[in-house]
Amino acid sequence: ECHIKGVTNKYPFKVEAEQVENCECDFNPDFLRRMYAKLDWKAFKDTAECLKLDGLPESVSEDMLKSDEGFLRTFHHILLEVEVEEGALICPETGRRFPIHKGIPNLLLNEDEC
Amino acid sequence: MGRNERRPEESAPPEIYYNETEARKYTDNSRIIKIQTALTERALELLALPDDGTPKLLLDLGCGSGLSGETLTDNNHIWVGTDISPSMLEVANERDVEGDLCLNDLGQGVPFRMGSFDGAISISAVQWLCNADTKAHDPRKRLRRFFETLYSCLSKGARAVLQIYPKDTNQASMITNAAMRVGFSGGLVVDFPHSTKAKKYFLVLMVGGSAAVPTGKTGDESMYDEEGAEEMQTSVRVNDRKTRKGKKGGKLKGKAWILNKKDQQRYKGLADVRPDSKYTGRKRKDRL
Repeated sequence: ECHIKGVTNKYPFKVEAEQVENCECDFNPDFLRRMYAKLDWKAFKDTAECLKLDGLPESVSEDMLKSDEGFLRTFHHILLEVEVEEGALICPETGRRFPIHKGIPNLLLNEDEC
Repeated sequence: MGRNERRPEESAPPEIYYNETEARKYTDNSRIIKIQTALTERALELLALPDDGTPKLLLDLGCGSGLSGETLTDNNHIWVGTDISPSMLEVANERDVEGDLCLNDLGQGVPFRMGSFDGAISISAVQWLCNADTKAHDPRKRLRRFFETLYSCLSKGARAVLQIYPKDTNQASMITNAAMRVGFSGGLVVDFPHSTKAKKYFLVLMVGGSAAVPTGKTGDESMYDEEGAEEMQTSVRVNDRKTRKGKKGGKLKGKAWILNKKDQQRYKGLADVRPDSKYTGRKRKDRL
């Protein structure tokens, strides 16, 4: 979320991606279930769609989390394996861009923003 | 060797001190690797994560070139690291660390959503916040911004364990008090308090809950075999934090609590709050 002082509508960042990479990560359904509880699913899905990643359902049921392997694999892939190499995070309220370079977002604020 | 070496914090701000050359030197140094790994393992221990085999989502504050992060990965956790030095992060990238990295100044806030993390660690970083690198920097304000945003991005029951190299007791108090003010409970754990070389400070912070503050380590100091250590401690007396088992069987109100209360009173404008001195919160003899 955006940490510029005074911004109320700070979550989620919009994502602009110029270059996306995939990396491999161990599949762990228990971890995914914990993460699901912390996520704002709509925000997560919208962000994925920013990155042209479809395949996430509108809503997620208990059963899907428990035993739908197809869903879990997609969730796993998007959550942990897709990385934005070049692009930007954009504050939803101010439009301020935080560039991403070599996979690292630059979240440093200017003097007047903190 | 190195008995009176300058602390890095006195040379330059971290993003300048840890330039490309320093970043590589730091990361290639086997002694530093050994120490950082030991510190991270100890921090993980103090984090007291539930041992259920599931990876946890952790935050590594001041992750640098990823030395501490790799230990987190070795312990099967998923982590996000932040650091202010682009050169250090560059080295982390080259070493292909598993964690997600971001370039961030902790004094500006920890930019993550409420309740995201199962825990946070920081190895040898937070004391950098005590320096005012520019005229506009107010260390107290930065410490507060850091702690309040850290507090908010931890989930309920999570802990933050911050290993620090405080310059002196004032700095240790400054950091500890800033944390207590935003609602953390916990305290400073000192390992090997009687050893100049091996003494380590861990600020253990808890969100909610009233678990006892862990005891510091004593005994085998070999994990911190520091021939010519980079950070030499002056011999500073800090209250050894023992487990909070008060004589009355309830919570002991330690020095940090007293300092915090006095600050609150000053803030509220109460007159007659005595200035803090070395006698504040000093242990009194039993018979008083």
